[in-house]
Amino acid sequence: MSDKKIPQPVIVVRNLKKSFGAFTAVNDISFCVEKRLCFGILGPNGAGKTSTIKMIYGFSPLTSGDIFVFGLDIKKQYRIIKARIGVCQQDNTLDPDLTVMQNFEVFARYFDLDKKTAIERALSLLKFFALEQRRDARVTELSGGMVRRLVIARALINQPDLLILDEPTTGLDPQSRHQVWERLESLKKKGMTILLTTHYMDEAARLCDEIVIMDQGKILAQGSPQYLISEYTGKDIIEIAEPEDDLRAFFRAKKMRQEDLGHRLIIYTEEGHKFYREICDRFTHKSCILRSATLEDVFLKLTGRELRE
Amino acid sequence: MNVNISTRFMRIWQRNLTVYKESWKINFLPPLLEPFFYLLAFGIGFSGMIGSVSYGSVQTSYLRFIAPALVAINIMNNAFFENTFGSFVRMYYQKTFDAMMATPLNAEEIITGEIVWGATKAVIGTVIMLIVISFFGLVSYPTGILIVFAAFLGGIAFGSTAMFFTGMVERIELFNLPIFLFITPMFLFSGTFFPLTGLPLWAQYFALVLPLTHLVNLVRALSFGLFNLELLISLGYLIVFCLVMFPLAIFKMRRRLIK
Repeated sequence: MSDKKIPQPVIVVRNLKKSFGAFTAVNDISFCVEKRLCFGILGPNGAGKTSTIKMIYGFSPLTSGDIFVFGLDIKKQYRIIKARIGVCQQDNTLDPDLTVMQNFEVFARYFDLDKKTAIERALSLLKFFALEQRRDARVTELSGGMVRRLVIARALINQPDLLILDEPTTGLDPQSRHQVWERLESLKKKGMTILLTTHYMDEAARLCDEIVIMDQGKILAQGSPQYLISEYTGKDIIEIAEPEDDLRAFFRAKKMRQEDLGHRLIIYTEEGHKFYREICDRFTHKSCILRSATLEDVFLKLTGRELRE
Repeated sequence: MNVNISTRFMRIWQRNLTVYKESWKINFLPPLLEPFFYLLAFGIGFSGMIGSVSYGSVQTSYLRFIAPALVAINIMNNAFFENTFGSFVRMYYQKTFDAMMATPLNAEEIITGEIVWGATKAVIGTVIMLIVISFFGLVSYPTGILIVFAAFLGGIAFGSTAMFFTGMVERIELFNLPIFLFITPMFLFSGTFFPLTGLPLWAQYFALVLPLTHLVNLVRALSFGLFNLELLISLGYLIVFCLVMFPLAIFKMRRRLIK
């Protein structure tokens, strides 16, 4: 707060830990979120994503470590921090006892905004999120996509400097997801810093400038989506269904990065075309696919393929 | 995090008032009709069998005897049900507290706001009831005005107790337990429908532990216009009860909300 000469990360997380009894949900993680970026926390269920962001927005106390938001210590100055952030939680936390407009008015009071300001901002947010037709509807009458847009809209009533979203599109249909993404992209263009958690790789690839992949409370990898793909999988992927033994032997001999799943062989490579040709020429294998590597490949490679339940 | 309660708790109170105003016509009905039903049942149906009751040194009609008890029971029920079922629904099903916790409000303020709201509902109900029973000449004024303050104090006492249970129960059905073990016995055995002197001595002493006994004493003394020692003891009891239960409610609920 002292001066604005040194650019300061919006969020600094240092050696953060969170335990619930004997269970460690977040195990010694550190990262920074720079201004005006969209930062994604990816991970399977139970990775510690939600526990991490709950500590960042001042909901859960830290077991150990530090969090600074806007350069302020969350342990001491949580009220100032909370007044400057917008939070969109995983559950629908809209007030079902109230109408859409009343939801804004009541929520604005929590931030000490006067009624006139609340109504002005609410109207422009409703417009931005294409909800102005529903201003007098009860929240219970809205569709899933509308509810999610409204939760995000309500989180912006205090004109936050940082928007935190916990799985913003989970459970939405494709149309609604794209609606949400478009709004988030235009917020980003306006200079909003965004922190989000997700387990949708396409969402992270589309929205995030920087990503951490978490599993079992730890950060496994960090970087831009492009960096993570080139670092962990290579440009191309060849997937071969029901590979024969000689095909397996061929790739094993080449000592290439690969994963053998039994019924499926996955080859990570920079020269996909070359090898794809070779397979087609030498092995005449029919169910062989060449495709570009995606974040999903990185994710599965890092976090494994077992079910998390 | 230290316990830190600012006047921001009024934001939660305001939220509940906004919801209350949405359906005020329905909310006004129970305190308006309930005394009618009771006065009808006991005043016409029952009191003919009883005649008069001795309260302290005065002989009084049965109706005048139970009217303040009905007010006290209404205070207890309003606050207790608001801060058990009402608060639990907001906390557990509607996630209203979760949304609040992501704003500058903290857990202590949310709990305080809920309890003060429960007490406010008790006051609203009391005012409506007082107006009704005053038409039957069952309240002495000006002391009767003070019953409004007794309603707030009683509301905080029973609201805090309710919030304490809300911090404990896993499922909403489990509220039947404190209702069955705590609210119903008090409803019957707190000097509400018959004087405590009608009970064996051990039961009289036991009744003195129950908060409703003291709320009934307080409201009854005020509605008869009697400033006696009993009134002061009951007032003191209720204040101490609040000073114990309110922090306990905060403690239990904080452990539930902050994870």
